[in-house]
Amino acid sequence: MALAILLLPLILAGVALLVPSNRARPWLLPVAGVGHLSLVGAALGRLPLGSPTGWLVLDPLGGLVLALISVLFFLCSLYAVGYLRHREDRSNRVFCACLLVFLAMMSLVTWAHHWGLMWVAMEATTLASAPLIYFNRTARSLEATWKYLLICSVGIALALLGSFFLAYSSLHEGLPSSLLMEDLLRNAPKLSTPWLRAAFVLLLVGYGTKMGLAPMHSWKPDAYGESPGVAGALFSGGMTSCALLMVLRIYHVCHAAGEADVARQMMVFMGLVSMAVAAAFLIRQRDLKRMLAYSSVEHMGILVLGVGIGGPALYGALLHMVNNGLAKGVLFLSAGNIHRAYGGKSLDEVSGALRRLPLSGALFLAGFLAITGSPPFGPFLSEFTIARAALGGGQFLAGGLFLALLFAVFVGMGATVLAATQGRPSEEALATSYRDGWLTGGPTLVMMAMVLMLGVHLPVFLRTLLLDAVRFLEARP
Amino acid sequence: MNGLVDSLLVVILLLNLFTLGTSRIRAVIQVVALQGILLGAMPLMIHDPCHLQTLLMAVGTAGLKGWVIPNMLSRAMRDLSIQREVEPLISLTKSLLLGAIGTALALAFARHLPLVEGHAAGLLVPASLSTVLTGLLILTTRIKAITQVLGYLIFENGVFIFGLMLIEALPFFVEIGVLLDLLVGVFVMGIIINHINREFSSVSTERLSSLKE
Repeated sequence: MALAILLLPLILAGVALLVPSNRARPWLLPVAGVGHLSLVGAALGRLPLGSPTGWLVLDPLGGLVLALISVLFFLCSLYAVGYLRHREDRSNRVFCACLLVFLAMMSLVTWAHHWGLMWVAMEATTLASAPLIYFNRTARSLEATWKYLLICSVGIALALLGSFFLAYSSLHEGLPSSLLMEDLLRNAPKLSTPWLRAAFVLLLVGYGTKMGLAPMHSWKPDAYGESPGVAGALFSGGMTSCALLMVLRIYHVCHAAGEADVARQMMVFMGLVSMAVAAAFLIRQRDLKRMLAYSSVEHMGILVLGVGIGGPALYGALLHMVNNGLAKGVLFLSAGNIHRAYGGKSLDEVSGALRRLPLSGALFLAGFLAITGSPPFGPFLSEFTIARAALGGGQFLAGGLFLALLFAVFVGMGATVLAATQGRPSEEALATSYRDGWLTGGPTLVMMAMVLMLGVHLPVFLRTLLLDAVRFLEARP
Repeated sequence: MNGLVDSLLVVILLLNLFTLGTSRIRAVIQVVALQGILLGAMPLMIHDPCHLQTLLMAVGTAGLKGWVIPNMLSRAMRDLSIQREVEPLISLTKSLLLGAIGTALALAFARHLPLVEGHAAGLLVPASLSTVLTGLLILTTRIKAITQVLGYLIFENGVFIFGLMLIEALPFFVEIGVLLDLLVGVFVMGIIINHINREFSSVSTERLSSLKE
């Protein structure tokens, strides 16, 4: 099963490199999306799945991330077909192949239960996604690609050192040094504490760089700002969830070792710092995609904050990962449409999006309301769960700051979004030929409907999966 | 055996300081190549040299870190006619001084980390930490894209030195995966450097400053 899920996108990536037609090639993406989605659906029905060596295991936590990635990729793949039709001036050969390799590597991250394999897969997601940022071939996208590649590679190299520290923590106590999750969890209480703590710090900073936690977030506004909307949607919903999964894995080991309190304090701190930095940069942000990037920094902060607060907030954080992934998808895809229609993504060019693009403009506005935690959308529910857990658990400082920062972000983002959607579009914007189409509007609408549904009624299978994931993380050997 | 490893590690520490003090990119590339070859030789001294896995790892490391990647970078230097000076943000004396302080701190810090019996005497941990710090220093204080890649490579060498203590923990296929990721990473970075050169007619990242808040 694992092999099928990994090989399908890889084989199709090879096919994408061979297909000569620029117009037909993008259709490989939905083919991969459908295949991946059905395989993942089959796999989720039979959790936990594993290979006898313990290298590739799909536990409920990995399954949750895998399901999110699969749904997101499927919807983005339909959008990509419509988007690439508008960009027929340039070859999409590398773009399509890299999207497919990116999917394969993200799936590998969710299956990997060996710290070495996780590292290899995470680094591979960086390498596969760098060409996606450079799709527009401009000086600015080049700069963004360079920053992304270098900062993330260094972050991931730190994570490798952290993984080595983790192995050393068992070697030091005379245990057989192993990097398999099963061995580490079994031996967790006996691991050497100083090495485990050092490993946690390095892994949190290393994979946190990939998540885009402040202060290692500096690649994010550039990469999200310059890449096509579809890449931004997959980065902010898929790749960052993979990086969060890595942070949760080391948290899991720390929890099993009885070191959870130290880890939690650090995560609460990192979460609040990320939210504060994001809020500061969101105020008076004029560029729509950079605004979304800072919003992503904020939500990564919310996720680690939720894990750090613990208790019911852990459930809230996992639910928020799903909500954030889908809502960010809506925002990035509709921002991509707005970018196409106006030929720009800053408030200097964009105004009156509701008139110029009724569907994308409305979805952008609704996506903004959802991501900032307005009822009745999904993120409201998950953010409410985290806030209630913080205040109910006596963590008044963290809970109070959390609510204050959410409010600041709402005000900051609101000013930009309203300026972009309200008012009258300029003459030049009305003159461009771009209109909302089925392929670019439809998937975005479906994502928005899912965000709404998550807020109104949580489907039973998702609830079960979330509870299983929480139980898996909290279980002690 | 351990004496030999320690003397090689001392050579690596000196090479680190040399990279911080030199003003010529070519010299840094050669030093990184030499470090790669030394790192390739080390698994043979620490572990059983007759074992196929150790042998393959030694050859793979020395080949990639000592030959393939440095060659790729030298070719980039030649093809893109990159100027041979490193263009540091802080003076070379200062970076050398910072590097020396970093090495001293690494030596002091490693003493406080609890180590397994056999490793306590060795220089593996301080050499690893000091090499990581040197890599970070070069990454952050050099302007040219190619020197940033060299900094990243030195950083990775530092991580690799730590990994030498854990060869049993890291199966062969992970080692190869790490090396392969490194190779592809440098390859992709090379392509981007090529584009930076064409776009800005220089490979200095100072020109990459239009995306600022």
